Amino acid sequence: MTKQVALVTGASRGIGRAIAERLATDGFYVVGTATSDGGAEAISAYLGDNGTGLKLDVSNSESIAQVIKIITDTVGTPTVLVNNAGITRDNLLLRMKDDEWDDIINTNLTSVFRMSKAVLRGMMKAKTGRIINISSVVGATGNAGQANYAAAKAGMVGFSKSMAKEVGSRNITVNTVAPGFIDTDMTKELSEDIKTTLLTSIPLARLGQAEEIAHAVSFLASAGAAYITGETLHVNGGMFMP
Amino acid sequence: MSNVEERVKKIVSEQLGVKPEEMSNESSFVDDLGADSLDTVELVMALEEEFECEIPDDEAEKITTVQEAINYVMAHVS
Repeated sequence: MTKQVALVTGASRGIGRAIAERLATDGFYVVGTATSDGGAEAISAYLGDNGTGLKLDVSNSESIAQVIKIITDTVGTPTVLVNNAGITRDNLLLRMKDDEWDDIINTNLTSVFRMSKAVLRGMMKAKTGRIINISSVVGATGNAGQANYAAAKAGMVGFSKSMAKEVGSRNITVNTVAPGFIDTDMTKELSEDIKTTLLTSIPLARLGQAEEIAHAVSFLASAGAAYITGETLHVNGGMFMP
Repeated sequence: MSNVEERVKKIVSEQLGVKPEEMSNESSFVDDLGADSLDTVELVMALEEEFECEIPDDEAEKITTVQEAINYVMAHVS
């Protein structure tokens, strides 16, 4: 039996790596992407026989087209796509530069449009597909200093719901996972003061683990989640309850 | 010539799940063959693949019947 192919962007570390490892354990052949050759090699190393790492710039349409072709030609069309790659360029709005805004929208939101479109043809032919977009609690609550990031993350939710309506008839589901504050390199940058304040707003009184996001993604990619689409699954220790 | 017609009808048949004998050249994808908007996009994509061409959006919109698809292929694909 050939394995289904799952494509995970931004898989060299943090939540993306945890998702890639989880999906590999679930029996998928996982293709993880990173922005550098070193990152791609690291992904190949930790996935072993269960997948491979490829270099991909999600803000570049040509890079996406190339990578999708390589994947389709070598291991088959991806039937699971996890749009996880993301960056931050935090700044107060008064000081936010155009490029800080544009970089975030391009890398965190436009990439989701490009990647989803690129895999859609294959999924429609396969008559099955799972697209899982990694948003953020900040997209639902807003966060001072992250107007760009929050806008991109909220945009993913509207995108996902629209796409879910368009492709539902082809047995393709599109969902969003919105992590709260997870213990990764991205949140290590936060100051101790902010972390302390943050913890008082989290009923479970701790940061989340990347594996806990990976489990939510694993569920949405599983056969058991076939009837869930257009949904946002919040995994945040209770800090925000929609 | 009949070759193009047969190939177009085969694709329409596969994409829309209609038997070739159930369609005529005048059949409209949406009105007669039950296609929805996504079906028509998929159909154009399948035609592009079969005939190795790229059909621009504004041309694709004009392909609404089996005959129009045949005409497009005859006119644009050598």
